[in-house]
Amino acid sequence: MKKRKEKNFLLTDNQMAEFVSKGYLIFENIIDNKTNKKFLSEIGHTSTSLNKKNTDQTWLEEHYNEIMKSSKIPLVKAGTPLKKAYKKNSALNDVISNPVLSGAIKSLVGDRPKLDHHFLHITFPSKYYHDANQKISQGNHNDCVIDPREKTFDIQLFYFPTAVEKNMGGTRYIPGSHFRMVNEFAIARYHNIRGQKHVVCPPGTVIIFHHNIWHGAGINNSKKIRYGFKIRIMPTQKQVKLWTNKTYKNNHDEEALYWNRGIEKNSIKEILQKTEPWFEADSGRLDILNRIRLWRHITNDKNFDAAYWLTRIENDYN
Amino acid sequence: MKKQDILILYLSNSSLESNVIGWARHYGDKKKIGMPGDNDSPPYERGIEAIHDGWRLFQSSQLEQHPKGDEYRTGYLKYEFFFEKIK
Repeated sequence: MKKRKEKNFLLTDNQMAEFVSKGYLIFENIIDNKTNKKFLSEIGHTSTSLNKKNTDQTWLEEHYNEIMKSSKIPLVKAGTPLKKAYKKNSALNDVISNPVLSGAIKSLVGDRPKLDHHFLHITFPSKYYHDANQKISQGNHNDCVIDPREKTFDIQLFYFPTAVEKNMGGTRYIPGSHFRMVNEFAIARYHNIRGQKHVVCPPGTVIIFHHNIWHGAGINNSKKIRYGFKIRIMPTQKQVKLWTNKTYKNNHDEEALYWNRGIEKNSIKEILQKTEPWFEADSGRLDILNRIRLWRHITNDKNFDAAYWLTRIENDYN
Repeated sequence: MKKQDILILYLSNSSLESNVIGWARHYGDKKKIGMPGDNDSPPYERGIEAIHDGWRLFQSSQLEQHPKGDEYRTGYLKYEFFFEKIK
């Protein structure tokens, strides 16, 4: 019975396709308030902590270091199996054991993933900074050096234990950027990208990002501290059909490009072909090709296609 | 002293007439700051509108051949245009 319940929380085909297409999945308010409070207590947060202190900037560093030392967030060795990373009854264990999230993790990276690293991001209100360059938002970047993997991917859980309001400068991210092979802050020159999004969410929200998504932290113009806890998780197995036992077989009954009766709404093929507002006319098409390639891989359906994007260039008789 | 304002636009193809998909502003006046994520709406819909508005184009990216074996890899935004205004 328990097994059946867990199985029900695996991602759906459409959610998997959304992840392949956009590079993230949002689970709003998925963690209950009790766990959120437990997490905040474990890191030593008090709602009045900022008001009581002076605004000397050195205090911010001290505060951060203190949290690093005294909080219950464990020092976990890289490569530790995720299941062994957090103590039972700890807030972080509650987070990764949440049935919906553990189903999503299993669907994306399998049932025996490893923890790469984790980190507590603390963004203080900008008024506490005196240096002008510290009052500037973080540049766009991805969380990796040049990563040549085309099929294997890591995931990063971003857990927001408190509400993130608009003026708190929640993480900015670029949907659909995860196929772009760049080297970390090399893209910081791109200040704004059409279609960029900013995290605004209720407490207990978790976003699962593809490791390569372009993102950056915003500036916190509120009076509250913004917390974001990141857990990077890597697979230890091929990411093929981890969420389903279904046999996928493309029927090659393809709708042609443009001159058609419309692609079925919310179908896998529609999701994979949705362009982002920032896609260049040419490279954006390559991003669609890359999505289809990844879908072929994770479904083990080597003939899958959408509107002949790949079949067209594979039709080679030489 | 005259100062330089910089506008960087990323366009959807190599033509200045194409749509703006990314942008950044930098100011000669140090009281003004252009920063990541400071605006979700582009300053212009198309690149040419910057010219119409008095910006002077001083650099644009080259068109490069796709290296064999790497034709389908996507990466940096390709169509970058640097403009200036001297104030």
